[in-house]
Amino acid sequence: MKFWTLDEPDIDRIALGAGILGTGGGGNPYLGSLVAKALLREGRRICLVRPSDLAADAQVLALSGIGAPTVGVERMAEGDEGLRVVRAMEDYTGRRIDALIADEVGGSNAMTPMIAAAKLDIPVVDADGMGRAFPEVQMTTFFVHGHVSHPAVLADFEGNVMVVTAATSPQMLERLLRAGTVAMGCTAYFGTAPMSGAFVARYAVPHSLSQAWSLGQTVLAARAGKADPVAAIVAASGGALLLRGKVSDVQRSVTGGFVRGRLTVDGLDEDAGRTLRIDIQNENLVARDAGGVLVMVPDLICIVDAETGRPIGTEEQRYGLRVAVVALPAHALLRSEAALGSVGPRAFGYDFDYAPVGFSSEALPAPGYGA
Amino acid sequence: MTGMVRVGVDVGGTNTDAALLRGSEVLATVKVATSADVAGGIAAAIRAVLAAARMAPRRVDGVMIGTTHLLNAVVERRDLSRVGSLRLCGRATRALPPMIDWPDDLRRRIDGGSSLVGGGLNYDGSPIASLDRTGIRAACRDWRARGIEAVAICSVFAMVDARMEIEAAAIVAEELPGAAISLSHRIGRNGLLRRENATILNASLMHIGRQMVGAFRAAFDGLGLGCPFYLTQNDGTLMSTDFAARFPVLTIASGPTNSMRGAAFLSGLSDAAVIDIGGTTTDIGMLVAGFPRSRGEGAVIGGVTTNFRLPDVHSFGLGGGSVVRTDGALRIGPDSVGYRIRDEALCFGGQTLTATDIAVAAGIAAVGDPALVRQLDDALVGAATSRMRVAVAAVLDRMKPSADPIPVVLVGGGSVLVGERLAGASQIVRPEHFGSANAIGAAVAQVSGECERVVSLEGGTRGAAIEASVAEAKRRAVDAGAVEASITLAEIEETPLSYLPGNVVRIAAKVVGDLAA
Repeated sequence: MKFWTLDEPDIDRIALGAGILGTGGGGNPYLGSLVAKALLREGRRICLVRPSDLAADAQVLALSGIGAPTVGVERMAEGDEGLRVVRAMEDYTGRRIDALIADEVGGSNAMTPMIAAAKLDIPVVDADGMGRAFPEVQMTTFFVHGHVSHPAVLADFEGNVMVVTAATSPQMLERLLRAGTVAMGCTAYFGTAPMSGAFVARYAVPHSLSQAWSLGQTVLAARAGKADPVAAIVAASGGALLLRGKVSDVQRSVTGGFVRGRLTVDGLDEDAGRTLRIDIQNENLVARDAGGVLVMVPDLICIVDAETGRPIGTEEQRYGLRVAVVALPAHALLRSEAALGSVGPRAFGYDFDYAPVGFSSEALPAPGYGA
Repeated sequence: MTGMVRVGVDVGGTNTDAALLRGSEVLATVKVATSADVAGGIAAAIRAVLAAARMAPRRVDGVMIGTTHLLNAVVERRDLSRVGSLRLCGRATRALPPMIDWPDDLRRRIDGGSSLVGGGLNYDGSPIASLDRTGIRAACRDWRARGIEAVAICSVFAMVDARMEIEAAAIVAEELPGAAISLSHRIGRNGLLRRENATILNASLMHIGRQMVGAFRAAFDGLGLGCPFYLTQNDGTLMSTDFAARFPVLTIASGPTNSMRGAAFLSGLSDAAVIDIGGTTTDIGMLVAGFPRSRGEGAVIGGVTTNFRLPDVHSFGLGGGSVVRTDGALRIGPDSVGYRIRDEALCFGGQTLTATDIAVAAGIAAVGDPALVRQLDDALVGAATSRMRVAVAAVLDRMKPSADPIPVVLVGGGSVLVGERLAGASQIVRPEHFGSANAIGAAVAQVSGECERVVSLEGGTRGAAIEASVAEAKRRAVDAGAVEASITLAEIEETPLSYLPGNVVRIAAKVVGDLAA
């Protein structure tokens, strides 16, 4: 089995790429990356393993933070929350957890499994359940493909642990976890039922941490070489540049815990005269121009700073920012009939069917695994 | 401020500018070289500007100073105090100890040891843990034993309720009499690590800040002024010297803000683009409601990420001294003859073709000797003139809030390059005295008050929550010396807390008003 043992520059690259894959949501990976790097300096290891290298009967736990990013940057992590989730799950099921995996590579949750895995000295699977960020627990390829909705564990910084022994559906699990999170002060960590290595190898979006690393690497290399980071992102991801321009209008409102809104980006230079409108529900959902819808969920609509390639979160969007909008094709696992029922345009209340942008491809494992 | 006589001083790295105003009339401006003795340099500038207008020192109602002195202290890592960091957090936040993202050299210099103790709040104001008074006293004894004289106190969600920080400060003051104590709820915004960073920087600057204020007082004593003096803050508003001694970090980035505020005052425009073309670079910023538009991300000061906002200014390499090359493709800048323009540019008898020579040859600028550039090829002059206009217009278009043309305040020694028309500009204003806009911006600075809260809208209305925040911000502005009747709302920010049921929002209000005479 090949492992990729991360160093501090790898963490920075993955954090930058995870921000881009967050498609406007998912929270900022910065604080998590600081914790991960501090653990490396203490002598701990963070090892990644490819999903295809997992033993078929390995027990893999998906671990995530849940709650409001605005709270998470203020009442920051204690550090052992994820560990508490893993221990409680092991106690409840009577089986050891062999590896951790992220539910969503987009945003802060790319870092969450790494922190607990470093403390447990177990590997993190180079894969996730979304290939991006989505607002709800049940929107993973795991649940799309029949992952069971219990048991699940929710834990906070203080030592409170809630075990959901039964939830009648993934949607119900989501509601129970949200309610628990509010009681815990609006930030917590959760793990869903352990999955087998065989299930993860088949249904997780493979090499998504490698993809984040390669996006981060390409942006940093472009900046260092005075090249265009946006062009580098497009080249590295097989995506398409939709528009370069400036944010000319931001409408936002909060309803039912979601930031809903619409962003207008007016083209500049080569794109002068064109306008993109992007619908937001925590993440960027749908992008259209005068000709109609260009890109929709589950494909990724990534908005980055036009000059630096820095990802720009939904809450940070404001009038006058100079941005580039890039579309990345979602992995094939998110484009199946079953997946579209959970993460396609109709699942977000639109009355049109999914039309893909570009061709799905599989991210390659990072060079860190060796030849 | 009708009829008030004010002196504004802006201390930059190279020059110290001073301006004397009566009401809104600029009576005199001077520019002197900045001296190593900052207070002495300021006194000399004030003396010179008063002499220029034959104004008696006794008649001055206020002196307003903007200085980068403390920014330089951070950047050059000098005269900084070691700081004990006290975080009120209970078990929360411990994965990210204080100063975790500081540059190593600065951390080694400032870190006096941190203590994470029981205390802190949840977003709804409930305590994470009760305040650990014993733990605070123990930390203080440790700091006292090691000679630490500055303490930064930061509570989780201090902006929801500041009482825990205030109580902790009282305990620290008992244990460490005379210590410089800095509280996070008066320094920064939501986002614990950045607010704490700024609070620690503030504590480390309090000693040198007190020295600076003391030196200013001493220097002013010899001037015969009978008036109070103020320092300008990062947001372009004023603080008293007592306040500055307690919140020195709030002075460190006031320079660019003062220039933009000066441009607003001199042009009489509150919503406009300010294009400042110097010898080497062009800086374009936006005035919105009389204040500079700020950048989204927090300012990085001496390598430390804070949550201060700085003006959003776009700079590029075009200035009066930009070198024009005609071998091969036409190129203008980014290198410049800079301050040597009066020796090197063709129109001044030099040997280098500069952007200014092009403007003189095109007949849009009247400097130097036009005869010296008469030999330039008309096609070259035409192409270069249009290239410069297009470059400025392109950046202006990126900065503008909409496609509609907007008023432009055009300033700086290199502003002759642009002529009287510019794509995207509805009008071009070239105010007088612009060379001293930074000092004038300091002189006309107002007083502000800010208030930030996290509130649940369940069982209350959004309107009432905003009103309460604005009222608190007004109260703070009046405390800081504003005339109540003059106070207006400058900024309101409303950020929903996403991914959760229930309408919880963060509301930040900022008001400004005129300084009471």
